[in-house]
Amino acid sequence: MNIIFYIAALIALIATFRVVTHKNAVHALLYLVVSLLAISVIFFISGAPFVAALEVIVYAGAIMVLFVFAIVMLNLGEDSIQREANLLQPGVWKIPTILIVILLAELIYVFASNQMTAGNVRIVDAAEVSQRLFGGYVLAVEMTGILLLSGIVGAYHLGREKKREYHRYLQTNEEEHE
Amino acid sequence: MNDTLFHILIIVGVLLGSVTIAAGLIYVERKMLAVWQQRKGPNRVGPFGIFQVLADMVKIFFKEDWIPPFVDKKLFIVAPTIIMLTILMSFAIIPFAPSWVVADLNIGLLFVLAMSSLGAYTIILAGWSSNNKYSLLGGVRGAAQMISYEVFMGLSIMGVVIQTGSFRLTDIVEAQQNIWFVIPQFIGFIIFLIAGVAETHRLPFDLPEAESELIAGFHSEYSGMKFGMFFVGEYLGITLVSALITVLFFGGWLGPAFLPPIIWFLIKMFCFILFFVLLRATLPRPRYDQLMSYGWKLLLPLALLNVLVTGAIVLLNA
Repeated sequence: MNIIFYIAALIALIATFRVVTHKNAVHALLYLVVSLLAISVIFFISGAPFVAALEVIVYAGAIMVLFVFAIVMLNLGEDSIQREANLLQPGVWKIPTILIVILLAELIYVFASNQMTAGNVRIVDAAEVSQRLFGGYVLAVEMTGILLLSGIVGAYHLGREKKREYHRYLQTNEEEHE
Repeated sequence: MNDTLFHILIIVGVLLGSVTIAAGLIYVERKMLAVWQQRKGPNRVGPFGIFQVLADMVKIFFKEDWIPPFVDKKLFIVAPTIIMLTILMSFAIIPFAPSWVVADLNIGLLFVLAMSSLGAYTIILAGWSSNNKYSLLGGVRGAAQMISYEVFMGLSIMGVVIQTGSFRLTDIVEAQQNIWFVIPQFIGFIIFLIAGVAETHRLPFDLPEAESELIAGFHSEYSGMKFGMFFVGEYLGITLVSALITVLFFGGWLGPAFLPPIIWFLIKMFCFILFFVLLRATLPRPRYDQLMSYGWKLLLPLALLNVLVTGAIVLLNA
């Protein structure tokens, strides 16, 4: 169990690091997919198989495909790789490094003060997650639904084709005038 | 010790069995298409042309495996392996007979959905890495098609999950002792069938590789065994969807006792494989916008309605 955790965690770390440092956008996104899959393995072995499956279906399978889709459509070439290379100058690492050091310090503190309760893994199945979602957290679920609905309405509005008005003499052979 | 040996045997058996069936389907498809179109089909190699599969395999293995210089080399090589990997992984949770299953996961059905959603990468990466406009168009079409049809695929089988109360596939089969789910879940079955055809991008939904408009779509630049992997991957996909339909809607291994359970499973599965071939022989290809609007405007509301009604009935009976 522990060995699997450390392997998955190592893969997730390396993959995430490559997401940031890779110059080719599509390759970087694929590293992100690998990282998400590794995290899903960690969820699975810590007793949350339902969350692990959702992680793969929703994040790796749907959202990241859409990301790759968008980048493939833009078809960024050599010049974007060049631009990425310029972005990754040594100077830009200062602030992220400070943030990481703070996080690391917190982690070390948590480990040192033994506030972790690792070990006793209890498997939480889909039914239990659903009962919580539609029991105590039903308000949050409903509000997320409303948020998504507003997103869909907005996307529909943006993507709607403008209705073109033609003079009645032109309406029969509309195709030629488009 | 015996259990471990049995388990290893099952793993090897499932792996070899599914790949062999997929390869054999090359012959079955050509022969059955010929039957339905009143031709003779392959009849030169061996009796009834049965060694045609061997001839095809030898040919495809010995072809030059050419990587064009303008492609993104890493992704070009990785893309065809993804489809084989994800589909073979999905076979791990299919129960072929009582306790004949590689991994009886309690999230079995979700695992299949997860693997099929990862399968979208193979098309989009193959299309993009080929650096060819026809491939790219095929890849973009394929990704959009797979993402759209995954939604109904997931929703259409939720009726079965509601009635069983479990994602575990053996539980789903056991729950069909009295009545196969195809009768109470008929709408779910139809939607799953259509979504399954679209997920494996078979005719009539083979728009990612529509040869009359896109050469060969996302795999235009592939040759040799890399092309063979797309080819076998497609047949593996058909086998997987047929096996899933058998498990979810037609009682899996259940059947009268005069035949062993595995035989019942294979008979049902082969009926659906032949149905897939028959679909190819008969139906024309829709236009791309027709495919999309058909999915989102008809199948999605129908699938949601199915979940709603099934849930209501189960609640009433409880």
